[in-house]
Amino acid sequence: MAIDIRIALGSPTPIYWQIVEQVTRAVADGALKPGDQLPSVRALAERLVINPNTVARAYKDLEREGVVESMRGKGLYIAEKRQVFSEEERQRRFDQALDLFLHEVRVLGLDRERVLSAVAGRLPSVEHEPAFS
Amino acid sequence: MQSDYVIETHRLTKYYGRRCVVDSVDLAVPKGSVFGFLGRNGAGKSTTIRMLLGLVTPTRGTATVLGHNCADLSPEVRGRIGYMAEGHHVHEWMSIKEAGDFQSAFFAHWNNEVYHGVLDYFGLKDSAKVKDLSRGERAGLCLGLTLAPEPELLILDDPALGLDPVARRSLLQSMIYVTRAADRTILFSSHVLADVERIVDHVAVLDRSVLRAQCSLDTFRDRIRQYVLTFPGTPPEVPKIPGLLHGFRSDAEMIVTLANPNPETNLILARLHPETIQETPLGLEDAFIDYMGERRERSFFMRAGDGTEAAV
Repeated sequence: MAIDIRIALGSPTPIYWQIVEQVTRAVADGALKPGDQLPSVRALAERLVINPNTVARAYKDLEREGVVESMRGKGLYIAEKRQVFSEEERQRRFDQALDLFLHEVRVLGLDRERVLSAVAGRLPSVEHEPAFS
Repeated sequence: MQSDYVIETHRLTKYYGRRCVVDSVDLAVPKGSVFGFLGRNGAGKSTTIRMLLGLVTPTRGTATVLGHNCADLSPEVRGRIGYMAEGHHVHEWMSIKEAGDFQSAFFAHWNNEVYHGVLDYFGLKDSAKVKDLSRGERAGLCLGLTLAPEPELLILDDPALGLDPVARRSLLQSMIYVTRAADRTILFSSHVLADVERIVDHVAVLDRSVLRAQCSLDTFRDRIRQYVLTFPGTPPEVPKIPGLLHGFRSDAEMIVTLANPNPETNLILARLHPETIQETPLGLEDAFIDYMGERRERSFFMRAGDGTEAAV
C-alpha cells in the first residue's frame, strides 16, 4: 500500500472525512495509482483503532465519488477515473483558489484587461494538468 | 417481536429519597451499535446502567434489554449480557487462571480463546496473582472475564477509569475486536472523548438526570456549530438565541456556539449587523464542553429528524 493513513483525534474534521481526504489527496498527487488496493475495512479499523463503521462510511463516500471501486468482492481498488473530487468539492477548492488569486490581483492593483488576458493566455495548458483533467 | 433496539427505556425514573437521579429517560440503543453514554460525574449514568441490569429498581418507567423486562431478567438472558462495573473489582486472592475458572462456572458459554486473547492484549500471564496487578492489568482481567462468555450486549461502566494510555488503547482494541461478530452491541460510559471519538457511532448525553441528546455521533458533531462574528467596534450583547450553548465577547469579536443552528438563528445573528460571520467547525471535545458547560439553556433536546437518531 502506497499510503499511510493517519488520523488526528479532537480535530474539527471527523475521522471518516480525514480518511476520505487522505485517500483523495494520495490519488490526486499520484501516491495511489489506479489498481492499487485499499486495506479492508476491518484491517484499517483495527490498525487505526477506530470503529469499523467509520472506515466503511469513508469507503462508501470514496466509492460514491468514483475514487475507488469494488471488484467482485475482492476489496476496494483505486478507480481508473481521474476526476477525484465531487462537483461540490471542486467548486469549493476553485472558490478558495480564486479568492486567493483575486486578493493578489487587488493588492498588486492590476487592471481587469491585463488579468483577463493573462488568464486566457494560460488557460489552455491547464486542461492537461492531471488533477483537473 | 424482533426489535432493532437492544435496549429501550420509557420514562425511566429513579428517586433516592426526594432526589431525582434519573428523570424520565427514553433511551434506545440500536442493535449492533457502539453506543457512548456520556455525561458529567453524578449525571445518573451508573444508576441508569444498574436499572438496565435489574440491580436497581426504577421508581417509575420501564426498561427492556434484549426484549426482556429489566425488572425480571432470567439467568438465560443475563448470560447474554456482559457487564463490567465501575472500578474493576475481582477477587484479590485468586490467580488469573483461577479467576477465569471461577467466572466460567457461571456461564453456559465460555470462550477460552477470547479470554486469553484479551489477557494477551494486556500482557497478562495465567500465573499472576490478582493482588499484584496494576490498575490497567486489573481492567484487562475484568474485560477478559466479561468478554469470554461472548455476550450479545456488552455494558461497560466507565471502563477507562484510572487507566494509563497503553491500557486504554488495549481496552479500545478489545472493544473493536468484539464488533467482529455481527450484531454485537456495546454500551459504555466514558469521560475520555478521544476514545469516544475513535470507537463510538451513537451517543446519548445525560445531564443532571435528564437525557439531553441521543443521536449518531456525526449528527451530534454536526448539530453543534460555532460562529465568529466580527464588528468594527465593541460587539453588542450576546442576544437571546434558541439553542445558545456558549457566548463570548472580546474587543471586536463575538463567538457563539449553537445547538441546532437554523435559518431563524442565522437571522438573529445577521440582525446584529456584524462585518463578517464565519462558521468554524468544532472538535468533539470542544463541542461536548460547550454543550455541557454552565452557560446554556436547558430547554431543548437534540432530536434530529434525519433518521439517525433513536425513535422514542
